[in-house]
Amino acid sequence: MAAGDGAYTPQELMVVCAARQIRDGEVVFVGMRLPLLAFALAKRTHAPSAIGLFENGLVRDTPSRELLMTMGDAPNILGAEWATRTVALMGLLAQGCAQLGFVGGAEVDRYGNLNTSYVGSREHPTVKLPGSGGGADIASLAGRLAIIMEHERRRFPERVSYITSPGYGDGGDWRAQVGLPRGGPAAVITTRALLGFRDDTHEMQLLSWHPGSSIEDVRAHTGWELAVAPEVHETPPPTSDELRIIRECDPQGFWTR
Amino acid sequence: MSDKLLSMSDAIARYVPDGSSVALGLALEPLIPFAAGHEIIRQRRRNLTLIGPISDILFDEMIGAGCVSRIAAAWVGNVSEGLGYNYRRATEHQQPHAITVEDYSNYSVGLALLAAALGVPYIPMRSLLGSDIARNHPHLRNEPSPLDGTPTLLVPALQPDVAIIHVQRADAEGRAHAWGGLGICEEAALAAKGVIYTAEEIVPAEVILSDPNRVLAPAFKTLAVVHSPGGAHPSPVQGYYNRDHKAYAEYHEHSRTPEDFAAWLQEWVIDQPDRAAYLDHLGTERWAGLALREHHYAAPVDYGY
Repeated sequence: MAAGDGAYTPQELMVVCAARQIRDGEVVFVGMRLPLLAFALAKRTHAPSAIGLFENGLVRDTPSRELLMTMGDAPNILGAEWATRTVALMGLLAQGCAQLGFVGGAEVDRYGNLNTSYVGSREHPTVKLPGSGGGADIASLAGRLAIIMEHERRRFPERVSYITSPGYGDGGDWRAQVGLPRGGPAAVITTRALLGFRDDTHEMQLLSWHPGSSIEDVRAHTGWELAVAPEVHETPPPTSDELRIIRECDPQGFWTR
Repeated sequence: MSDKLLSMSDAIARYVPDGSSVALGLALEPLIPFAAGHEIIRQRRRNLTLIGPISDILFDEMIGAGCVSRIAAAWVGNVSEGLGYNYRRATEHQQPHAITVEDYSNYSVGLALLAAALGVPYIPMRSLLGSDIARNHPHLRNEPSPLDGTPTLLVPALQPDVAIIHVQRADAEGRAHAWGGLGICEEAALAAKGVIYTAEEIVPAEVILSDPNRVLAPAFKTLAVVHSPGGAHPSPVQGYYNRDHKAYAEYHEHSRTPEDFAAWLQEWVIDQPDRAAYLDHLGTERWAGLALREHHYAAPVDYGY
């Protein structure tokens, strides 16, 4: 969207979609980049009681008062509810204390498995990506997972070549079979659409296309025959309040341009 | 207790020999011991194993400088900019040479260190089940719990030869205070055979002893304490200076090709004999721009009886 009244960037809409995943009162494992803004937006709109966990060892009841480039920036520590150790927070996640977690990925497949490690083979990668960080733990252990992605065909292969962060494996009750205690992807928020997963097969399906995109556009940029939910619709655009808050949090558009 | 204060060059020369396993960058984005990493590069250490959670460009620098043969970490790159070009060149093109990568997640690398810290062979967890991190890992093992038969992943203990931890303040006898989000600093300090602290300030022992709850690990683990003001730049140190975001963008730009990186390394590491020279090269204006804008002191606690 071009600049002007009511206009917004794809990233701003993604922040809004991510914030809408956060329910009031939930404990949320906040990731990097856009979820940092989504947590702040949710806290200031529909989810004032949400609690944020940050894997470097922070618990927050309030968003930081300045824009964060990383979760370890000084403003994120000032005013924290708790500053502690990574293992303490990951242990809470492992117990099931976090209802929602966010991750980003380089590639996501039909069953929500994420690759952030190796494009090509592990032995001879064409691109070595940075790796899991805490992403694989969040994907394994959070109650629900929200994935944030650029929507390009090469990033949506039918099957990722390497599962860094487990989604639903090859579908069905795979997670239970491998012993994961709970969870799985609930939402994939992309530059073109919001996607979810069928309850039975756990296959990805289109829930809503973003304004400017379409069902055909989303499917053309997905590497398999993408299923479409019966209730598919256009993503509601950001409200003026949501845009105002995002821009107050990120006035230069560091994460949203 | 004995005096453990050493210069950076002596601490690295004495306690980080070729072939060591070194844990560093343990608080994730803050408190990264860049000054120590740069000294390791200047002393041309080789065949190191680097252990850490995420590494915000320091591992990338050390890989590019040829110091590293093995990585045991959850993430290697540039947090605010993306990929690490030296890590890519080493893994994709064996430049400057091949490295072995043992992939962890932040939780599993923390548990591996915790297992060593607890003196147990492994810790079971239920993260990463079904992932290729678990499947391809040389050490992680998928075993049913002996108690109820449910799948668990066994994370074997990982004991670094040395952990290098940047802290706000330490005393000459090897006690250190650190605050903020601490990542896996404590697990690593307890797990490692020994610890090198690099500190913004060296304070009298009574300052540290006034607040023993804030001490990271027992001083008998400490090998050396190095006074290194600004030693974490460009990473932040709570209460001392902020993150130099621009430096990460500049590094990203200047490490795209091996030639660019060689020039960067020459300018910022090889040509700077120590951290004071590095900060001088950075310039007073840039450094002043990272200074605290306000103080937020914690309330004192009363250890009286």
